[in-house]
Amino acid sequence: MSGLEEPFALGDTFLHKADPRYKLASAAVLSVAVAVGQTWMAPLAGLGIGVCLAGLARLQPSRLARRLLAVNGFILFLCLVVPVTTPGEAVWSIGPLTATREGLRLAGLTAVKSNAILLILMALAATSTTAAVGKGLDGLGLPKSLTWILLLCYRYAHVILAEQRRLARAAALRGFQPKTNRHTYTTYANMVGMTLVRSYERSQRVSQAMVLRGFDGSFRSLEQAGASRRDRLLFACCLAAALVLAWIEIKTRFFA
Amino acid sequence: MTPPLLELRDISFAYDGKPVLQRANLAMGAGCIGLIGPNGSGKTTLLHAAMGVVTPDSGEILLNGEPVRGKKGLRELRRQVGFVFQNPEDQLFCPTVLEDVAFGPLNLGMPPKQARETASAALARLGLAGFEDRVTHRLSGGEKRLVSLATVLSMSPRGLLLDEPTNDLDPETRIRFIDIVRSLDQAMLIVSHDWDFLDQVADKLYALEHGQAVSKDRGALHRHVHAHPAGELLHEHLDHKRT
Repeated sequence: MSGLEEPFALGDTFLHKADPRYKLASAAVLSVAVAVGQTWMAPLAGLGIGVCLAGLARLQPSRLARRLLAVNGFILFLCLVVPVTTPGEAVWSIGPLTATREGLRLAGLTAVKSNAILLILMALAATSTTAAVGKGLDGLGLPKSLTWILLLCYRYAHVILAEQRRLARAAALRGFQPKTNRHTYTTYANMVGMTLVRSYERSQRVSQAMVLRGFDGSFRSLEQAGASRRDRLLFACCLAAALVLAWIEIKTRFFA
Repeated sequence: MTPPLLELRDISFAYDGKPVLQRANLAMGAGCIGLIGPNGSGKTTLLHAAMGVVTPDSGEILLNGEPVRGKKGLRELRRQVGFVFQNPEDQLFCPTVLEDVAFGPLNLGMPPKQARETASAALARLGLAGFEDRVTHRLSGGEKRLVSLATVLSMSPRGLLLDEPTNDLDPETRIRFIDIVRSLDQAMLIVSHDWDFLDQVADKLYALEHGQAVSKDRGALHRHVHAHPAGELLHEHLDHKRT
């Protein structure tokens, strides 16, 4: 089942054990506080909070680095494009491209904010299994259709992956070796097509099985376990931190 | 005389113009009915027609002697008769076992606390106590099969339709499954290729031939099974029409 593991969810720090509802709410308030920042101080402080949380969750540094690298690949593109497309005071220019002070600032701010939010989410959301996150979102009152789309994706991603691997294995056992040629493209296209068709047919059967068990279009959930004082304390701390970030932002933006 | 729980009367169904069921009749009262037939003979279609998943071209489904009509009728049919799909991956769609087993009871309008207890009881009934928080996709094939059965049993149906329930069960789980099926007091209709399994659980035997369910002597199963020790040598299968 490699490829769909949840390595960060395996752990036994207090962050892993905390109620997902409170963790998700904490992640939400912190992320918003970081995201709305337009000066350096609050996002940098947010980055610090993210690093602390990741440390508290004892996330494996190598895994953490790999994930951060993947996301920063996208941010790199922003950092290449934003400085030369934002109008403002020119800092340097190569040929027709001119980087502006405002552009550089914006790109740097984006990078800091993205990494801060990423760390916060990895420490607070990825430390729960997808199943627990789905249940947590449901407990927070998100629309049930949305939480169920998440849960069904999670449930059937494994089945579809296994199906796709069976197809690939069957092809390999009949001597298929991927190369850069038409035959390879056709074979891959057929595999993707077959996986789609089978997934569609499966969705029909799943839906029938649900209807036969009395499903009428509305999802009902089991009651949630009660939250402990620790969970509330965690949320209170995160809320306080988010308020401090907001205060820093207001102070530096309006009263500096 | 009380009418049978579920009755199919003169059911005809054609798939892409090719007749699959032709005025098929079958009644399910108490006990366990085994239904055999070659691939493509319409066994699964018959079960699907019985549950209202496919609408037959003609004929009637009767629940306790009353024709099943409209959405309300279907809901009542599905409340009283549970259907276990051939592939547990189709049946189990929730991330955890407990949620899946409680899904039916919640749909029946049970309050969450009671649904949780009912689900746990159904799991314990099948020897799956403690499986509540297991992640569905990580269960073994045999466990998935048993949990599938639990998801239907938790709705306390009066009848059960099982589609190829012993497919890909290892010998140990298969024996456990046979014991479980024999201990259930629901009326049952089981479609299977596993003659030995049917020999051990079925009271009555039908074969789907030319689109109709034809009653067979249960001895056919028995003789077939015991003819098989010669399986490695050339041997003839007994023609169950003669028995």
